[in-house]
Amino acid sequence: MSSNGGSRNSVATSAGASVGDVVARHAAKPERLVQILVELVERDGWISEDTIRSLAGALNLSRAEVHGVVSFYHDLRTSPPGRHIVRVCQAEACQAMGSQELTDHVADRLGLAMHRNNAEYSLEPVYCLGNCACAPAVMIDGKTYGRVDRKRFDALLDALRGAGS
Amino acid sequence: MTTVYVPRETAAVSVGADEVALEIAREAKRRGETIRLVRNGSWGASWLEPLVEVETGGTRIAYGNVEPGEVDGLFNAGLLGGGEHARRLGPTAEISYLADQERWSFFRCGLIDPLSIDDFRARKGFLGLEKAFEMGPDAVVETVTASGLRGRGGAAFPAGVKWRTVAGVEADRKYIACNADEGDSGSFSDRLLIEGDPLCLIEGMLIAAYAVGADRGLIYLRSEYPLARSILHRAIETARQAGWLGSNIQDSGFDFDVEVHIGAGSYVCGEETAMLESLEGKAGVVRAKPPLPAISGLFGKPTVVNNVVTLASVPNILNLGAEAYAAFGVGRSAGTLAFQLAGNVKRGGLVEKAFGLSLRELIEDFGGGTASGRPLRAVQVGGPLGAYLPVKQLDTPLTYEAFAEIGAMIGHGGVVVFDDTVNMAQQARFAMEFCAIESCGKCTPCRIGSTRGVEVIDRLIAGENREENYDLLVELCDTMEAASLCAMGGMTPYPVRSVLKYFAEDFAPAGRAAS
Repeated sequence: MSSNGGSRNSVATSAGASVGDVVARHAAKPERLVQILVELVERDGWISEDTIRSLAGALNLSRAEVHGVVSFYHDLRTSPPGRHIVRVCQAEACQAMGSQELTDHVADRLGLAMHRNNAEYSLEPVYCLGNCACAPAVMIDGKTYGRVDRKRFDALLDALRGAGS
Repeated sequence: MTTVYVPRETAAVSVGADEVALEIAREAKRRGETIRLVRNGSWGASWLEPLVEVETGGTRIAYGNVEPGEVDGLFNAGLLGGGEHARRLGPTAEISYLADQERWSFFRCGLIDPLSIDDFRARKGFLGLEKAFEMGPDAVVETVTASGLRGRGGAAFPAGVKWRTVAGVEADRKYIACNADEGDSGSFSDRLLIEGDPLCLIEGMLIAAYAVGADRGLIYLRSEYPLARSILHRAIETARQAGWLGSNIQDSGFDFDVEVHIGAGSYVCGEETAMLESLEGKAGVVRAKPPLPAISGLFGKPTVVNNVVTLASVPNILNLGAEAYAAFGVGRSAGTLAFQLAGNVKRGGLVEKAFGLSLRELIEDFGGGTASGRPLRAVQVGGPLGAYLPVKQLDTPLTYEAFAEIGAMIGHGGVVVFDDTVNMAQQARFAMEFCAIESCGKCTPCRIGSTRGVEVIDRLIAGENREENYDLLVELCDTMEAASLCAMGGMTPYPVRSVLKYFAEDFAPAGRAAS
């Protein structure tokens, strides 16, 4: 299990999915809110308004309190991502190894600007994957890849497409 | 039976170690060879990953940069007997990058199966804890204080002093909060330790807990480290099953258990009070200090907040003695630091050395210079809040004091190398931009100052009202440093000022920025 999950079968399941089992696993404790949200994003890909409402009720918090936490953390998306999440490291060690050129290439190949998504892909920045000695680094569906140049990214993308996903 | 080691560690896996391991298992089976395949941690020589080792005649022979697809050829060359091949590096212990290090916290990293209690025990595992139980809590605090160990997360606060404070407070509950929110670019020592020797961290937390009278531990691990997360979870479960976590640990009468919290992508949560807020389920907004976390930390209880490497340094300090640790290093920079070489460097990876070697020795002797082969132009030490240093500062000894003297900091030990294609005006801009993205928003100098900083730098780059904007940027840096609540806003000026000081030509219209 990873921060951004593997590839999901459907794009937007959050609105319809229950938060009950996740909340129960954390004994409905409000101090577990961040962990609950992390697990929900891993499961659903994003946090919907419905989810915020349900969590507020289940944890005896106001919607504003839950919203305040959701909006603080970069991982807690509030709109459904594409089926595959591509994160390109934008931090200094990767910059030193050409991450800007790589980012431009990735954006071009996916036909997406940073922070954007379509049904198939989301393109997101990430500030350090801790793979700084094998820069530049990219994370695709929760798996980290190092020494990524244009050619390697193209191969990874082909593999993703070839997997019939 | 031959033992083959293939690291299960993020850097190694990111360049194909899983595929190589799979091919080795498949190829051995196809050839009717019985092997024991161990997924060890990484030695930290990331530039050689995937680094495959074969144990033959009691010696581990290394093969570097093994690519998926090369395994058949390696077997043909007699891999299992340590046979000759273009990838063969000789005995692992003789690779100078590793042999020239002084490994204190990372001495088991790469050597063992990180999830084997037997391997851990066979290599001095839990000896430090057993010593602690023998000497009693007060003596443990004294030993850690005498060792001179300082916080390795970046702030370098003396660990023993922090522990003494927590030990001295009466409370119904105390916590050990391990900061594994390693967000600095160029840093990966926490991750390498967790992936390569997680039981060492658990032992360090046990010793800290015993010393201060805590019974609960939390590890705040960043979400960007999924492999570390899965290894850590398994290590904790293994330790529990073997009676090293839980109630009445090894019949000592001492209780302690650990849980892992996952971050949600926030750099500022690496700041200790923001981390505590996040651990309480809230937005990671920085708290004003005092009260110190050591007195009123998690849920208002006395809390030891220590970085992964700080805690992982402790077992050997107990086992080998404070003097043995203090014998390394220079003055108040006692002991060793796990430096991390990253960015545009030929031989990137982890280098644990006593404080005092120069930045040049680290980058040239260990790192082999730039990866591109072009001239080195700048080095950022200590993450996104650290200064950019020019070539003329490369002889600065790596000690906390020498770095403070030149307006820089060692921080968590990350060293990011840039060649001469870097545009330093853009790096200064990025420092402000990153602060704007990651500011928790509580204090104005950081929240607003960073955005204004980006704007001023943009005007400088465009060549507008040069002197006026230069003065404005300097003043903004002074305000952010003096008036921010924590290091996020308080130290963002460090990289910015260093660019103004050493690389001002990149702002000039005739200079590199405009070329």
